[in-house]
Amino acid sequence: MSLTKTERAIIVSMWGKIATQADTIGTETLERLFLSYPQTKTYFPHFDLHAGSAQLRAHGSKVVAAVGDAVKSIDNIAGALAKLSELHAYILRVDPVNFKLLSHCLLVTVAARFPADFTAEAHAAWDKFMSVVSSVLTEKYR
Amino acid sequence: MVHFTAEEKAIITSLWGKVNVEEAGGEALGRLLVVYPWTQRFFDNFGNLSSASAVMGNPKVKAHGKKVLTSLGEAIKNMDDLKGTFAQLSELHCDRLHVDPENFKLLGNELVIVLAKHFGKEFTPQVQTSWQKMVAGVAIALAHKYH
Repeated sequence: MSLTKTERAIIVSMWGKIATQADTIGTETLERLFLSYPQTKTYFPHFDLHAGSAQLRAHGSKVVAAVGDAVKSIDNIAGALAKLSELHAYILRVDPVNFKLLSHCLLVTVAARFPADFTAEAHAAWDKFMSVVSSVLTEKYR
Repeated sequence: MVHFTAEEKAIITSLWGKVNVEEAGGEALGRLLVVYPWTQRFFDNFGNLSSASAVMGNPKVKAHGKKVLTSLGEAIKNMDDLKGTFAQLSELHCDRLHVDPENFKLLGNELVIVLAKHFGKEFTPQVQTSWQKMVAGVAIALAHKYH
C-alpha cells in the first residue's frame, strides 16, 4: 500500500495547520486513547496518566513529532522511522492492534479541531497514511 | 453484555438529541465507502461510487445512511437491551446480506469521527468514550445472531 501523489499533497498541506497545535493534539490523542481503550494503559505502568500530567504531555509531543517526521519524509516513511521501527520491535513490543486505536484517536482529535479541512478525501488520506506509519512500525516484529 | 452507567446514557442521549440523523447517516456511510473502498462490495447497485465526491453526493448512500442511523436511534432508546433490539437485523445481516461483522466496527468508528467533526470541542475524550462503548455494543449486538 503506498500513498498517491494527491494523498501526499493533502497530508503535507494539512500538516502545516496540525503542527501549530502539535503538543496539545498529542496530549489530547493520548487522553482519548487511554479513556476509550483503557487496556492501552498497560504499556505505561511507569507513567502518571492523569489529565494534565507532565509525562502525558511529553509523550504526546513525542508521538506527534514522530508523525511529523513521517510527513516531512513522506516519500520515504520507512527510512524516516527506521529507528522507531526497531524500538517498537525489540524493546516496546506494543501489540499491533494498538496502532489502529492510536490512529483512530488521532483522527478523532484532528476531525474535532479542523472540521472544515477534514473532508472525506482528507480523512481517507490520513487513515491510509497512519496505516502506512503503523505498518512501518510493526515491520520488524517477526 | 454491555452495561451503560446512568452518566454514559445521559451523555449519549444528550448528544444524540442534537444530531441531524439524515446528514450524519449519509456522512458516516459515505466516509466508510471512501476510506475503506472494499466496503463498496455490499453496494453494487448504488450507482456512481467512483470518487469521494461521487460517494458523498450519492442519493442512495444518503438514503441508506439515514436508514442505518435511524436504526441506531432506536437502539439509543433501548441501551439496556441492544441484543434484543438488533436480533432481527443481526439475522438479516448474516443470512441475507452476508456482511462480515468487522464492518460494523468500521462504520461505528466512522460515526464517531463524524460526531467529532460536527461537535468539535464538545466531543471531549469523555464523550468519545461513551460513544465508543455505544458503537461497540451495537457492533456486538449486530453480530450476536451470526452462525
